[in-house]
Amino acid sequence: MFINFFFDLKQASLPVSLKEYLMLMEAMNKRVVDSFNVNDFYYLSRSALVKDERYLDKFDRVFGHSFKGLENPEGETTKEIPEEWLKLMGQKYLTDEEKKMIESLGGWDKLMETLKQRLEEQKKRHQGGSKWIGTGGTSPFGAYGYNPEGIRIGQKEGKNKKAVKVWDKREFSNLDGDVELGTRNIKIALRRLRKFARDGAETELDLDNTIKSTAHKGYIDVKMMPERRNKIKVLLFFDVGGSMDAHVKICEELFSAARTEFKHMEYFYYHNCLYDAVWKDNNRRYNDNIKTWDVLHTYPSDYKVIFVGDAEMSPYEITYPGGSVEFWNEESGETWLTRMLNVYENAIWLNPIPERYWDRIASTSIIKQIFSDRMFPLTIEGIDQAMRELNK
Amino acid sequence: MKFEGTSSYIATEDLKVAVNAAITLERPIIVKGEPGTGKTMLAHEVAKSLDAEIITWHIKSTTKAQQGLYEYDAVTRLRDSQLGDEKVKDIKNYISKGKLWNAFESDKRPVLLIDEIDKADIEFPNDLLLELDKMEFFVYETGETIKAQNRPIVIITSNNEKELPDAFLRRCFFHYIKFPDPNTMEEIVEVHYPDIKKDLIQEAFKIFYDIREVPGIKKKPSTSELIDWLKLLMTDDVDAKILREKDPKKLIPPLHGALLKNEQDVHLFERLAFISRRENENVE
Repeated sequence: MFINFFFDLKQASLPVSLKEYLMLMEAMNKRVVDSFNVNDFYYLSRSALVKDERYLDKFDRVFGHSFKGLENPEGETTKEIPEEWLKLMGQKYLTDEEKKMIESLGGWDKLMETLKQRLEEQKKRHQGGSKWIGTGGTSPFGAYGYNPEGIRIGQKEGKNKKAVKVWDKREFSNLDGDVELGTRNIKIALRRLRKFARDGAETELDLDNTIKSTAHKGYIDVKMMPERRNKIKVLLFFDVGGSMDAHVKICEELFSAARTEFKHMEYFYYHNCLYDAVWKDNNRRYNDNIKTWDVLHTYPSDYKVIFVGDAEMSPYEITYPGGSVEFWNEESGETWLTRMLNVYENAIWLNPIPERYWDRIASTSIIKQIFSDRMFPLTIEGIDQAMRELNK
Repeated sequence: MKFEGTSSYIATEDLKVAVNAAITLERPIIVKGEPGTGKTMLAHEVAKSLDAEIITWHIKSTTKAQQGLYEYDAVTRLRDSQLGDEKVKDIKNYISKGKLWNAFESDKRPVLLIDEIDKADIEFPNDLLLELDKMEFFVYETGETIKAQNRPIVIITSNNEKELPDAFLRRCFFHYIKFPDPNTMEEIVEVHYPDIKKDLIQEAFKIFYDIREVPGIKKKPSTSELIDWLKLLMTDDVDAKILREKDPKKLIPPLHGALLKNEQDVHLFERLAFISRRENENVE
């Protein structure tokens, strides 16, 4: 039974190892918790098997699945059941009388609206009352025969009144690596890209070397060495305007995280695809732009290049001269991108659009090809992989 | 040996299980969580409840793993040798013990707190892998092996500034202290200020959780900030009525400086208060 649980975790691509499983077994063997109490077992196994809060939510889901025989919760992320389904289900199972009662309450839409509202409210306060869902018979909700659990309210009462199963609460869902992105998380992901080196002015005392040299020469011989610094240098290119407006927030976050993380960082803006000019100030992009050639000549090839954009445009904008929607470009976007990639060996593309749509967008596929598959989704996971790629 | 929480620290069920597993299996436990949820406190409280000695090792960006074991003071020895000091003949005089050594030597099982391990270099946890696993290390200068008499209870806190290596994590238990729900929070406050007025708490909580929900806030107030704020409210003898104040002109809670630590957040909050005030006026 536990073996199956372990393999379920593995299958859901949680990073669990045999060592951790044995640790759990050892703990069970030593009776750290009462093995008949499933809650304690849940706590114990979570503590032994999960080592990063990003995986807590996934773990909760797998745990619920393994020990309850639910429908498979993994594969695609479980989403909340759409309203329409509920509506249809209601239509199917409710008697006419009940339907009338719903009508008298203002109809389905009103009911769903109120339900949503109450769910919101209930998050904030847990003090009793008669209107909350699932707590008593007086509430309109729960009286119509659909199980509130179906909409993941999760307020199922147990026999022993212990109420909600802890893992069903899914309290860690917003820590899941694929879901949330805050500057802090981005910073941590960006930190993968570090290369410490000592160069520059010699400002630190090199104690070991001093001692060695002193012993060797017979008099005090002070040796200095330069400070250790992150010497990664980064060029960031942001797509702005048009379809990117929907992704402004995440780009802002990425930008502010990158700014604090990298000492040597330069940023530029472009629209849709890279052409012969980029700019640094969106208000003055037509007067004050910078020739892409200048960028290529100014920054040496040890800079790492990160493109951020949704790569969503007409394929002509990439492949044909004059394809740009804004002006007449003498050379195609593809030419410019290839030029860029020829100078900077380490370059990647971050795409805010979820990976599963990429294949369906022609322009995305083209750019991905130009970048020899070095396109990553703009999620924590994606940035993480991207930074590993840049570190190569 | 079992940890059950103390009179001054509310431990949730899952935290207790994790700590007890670590104690029984003699493995380190890594504690993560939002700042101010009592990660460092935990070690002190575990020590208190088990009546054990606590040895704390605060990690900084410059801390090296070796410093936790021992340090060999070559410079002093060099100087002594030039002055012809007798001490110089015995190398042991120049070896200063680190925190790990201290913990290993202890007669009773101590609690070793390695605080903010993520502050150190990326290699730091790897360098301690063997030492924490075997609870022994070798002193090259004297050729002796230091072995733990009693395997200390090792509690490691991390603020998530760096990822810890997998090999290291595999050897530890892990616990993420989640932000306490209002009920737990009530218990926590109760422990700190037993004589606080009930209605004051209720209103203060409401404001506190509301502030945490404000979208776009940069630094959410944490437990320790709530406790500070309550302390201020108590010393100022603020009445619960003022907190309940729905008058839109006084939407900013009194003494909010204890909760909002960042001028952008204060601005954001003031702006929101201003907007809601204007909306209210329009309604009138």
